Amino acid sequence: MLRAIAVGIPIGITFVDCFGYVAKVEGISMQPALNPESGKSDFVFLSRWSSRSFKYDRGDMVSLISPKDPGQKIIKRIIALEGDIIRTLGYKSRYVRIPEGHCWVEGDHTGHSLDSNFFGPVAVGLITAKASRIVWPPDRWQRLEGELPDERVPLNLLDVAGRSCDIDVHECVESED
Amino acid sequence: MHGRIYRIIGRWLGVAGYMVQYGCIAHCTLEFVGDFVVCKGPSMEPTIFSEDVILTEHLSPRFNRISRGDVIIARSPMNPHHHICKRVTGLGGDKVKNGFKTQIVPRGHVWLEGDNKVNSTDSRTFGSVPAGLIRGRAVCRVWPISDLGRLDSFQEWQVDR
Repeated sequence: MLRAIAVGIPIGITFVDCFGYVAKVEGISMQPALNPESGKSDFVFLSRWSSRSFKYDRGDMVSLISPKDPGQKIIKRIIALEGDIIRTLGYKSRYVRIPEGHCWVEGDHTGHSLDSNFFGPVAVGLITAKASRIVWPPDRWQRLEGELPDERVPLNLLDVAGRSCDIDVHECVESED
Repeated sequence: MHGRIYRIIGRWLGVAGYMVQYGCIAHCTLEFVGDFVVCKGPSMEPTIFSEDVILTEHLSPRFNRISRGDVIIARSPMNPHHHICKRVTGLGGDKVKNGFKTQIVPRGHVWLEGDNKVNSTDSRTFGSVPAGLIRGRAVCRVWPISDLGRLDSFQEWQVDR
């Protein structure tokens, strides 16, 4: 019996650490994708497996360690990757070029989310897992698709798409932290 | 004949089971308790030289018990695949000198500097680092055997401060 516990716990922890786990989403910052009704919490499956190589796409929903408080985990959407130019919403500079090894994360609920518009670009190393599906409540069971809100597409991608891009690159400020 | 085949399969399954068990125990130990790290590069000289092996523990970063003067291993903010080994010289709220400027380390961040000030890429280049990137704290050197023990210049550094 004792042996079964001594062997079972490490196997369980390793499994959780390699493949993923289910976590409860708190707060309104990801509305409407998660927690559409305040008061009812969604449970999402956080896939550790898809974060093992630190390769993420714009639009992915990820869980990361808060840069303000290492004891807190937050769930946000990746808006821009390193090298992208993003128009910020209330950050100290209007345009930011994302530094090497960083990304720009935002909650879907603009204005009600403590995200990169508050603390700036975050290091990719802080991301711990990718949210891949909602598992509870059962009527909300669905895959979480990586979709980027149209109005938040990084400016350098707009340029590639042939649309007009009227910002002056010199205006971009390299973020300090 | 069949009995023999079943016995061989059973034995192999047993071996595989043991490998999974011990693999998982090893994973948990290396991930949550501590591991050995080979340090490369000159940035921590004279405390740690290139190719030294040090023992690190992962408990203090997890419980947020990092203090000034600790030598830590952190994920590089510039590249999540790389790890850096530096000394914590400032915690959140501390004032640190960066060249001629004085700046305040934001909450939840640490200021990292290599002991080899002239040859180290550290917070003076990339700014303060979120404490969440810290993976482990260096405890002692285990290789080369002749230098086994505490990381020296630890006390010196604190007096210097």
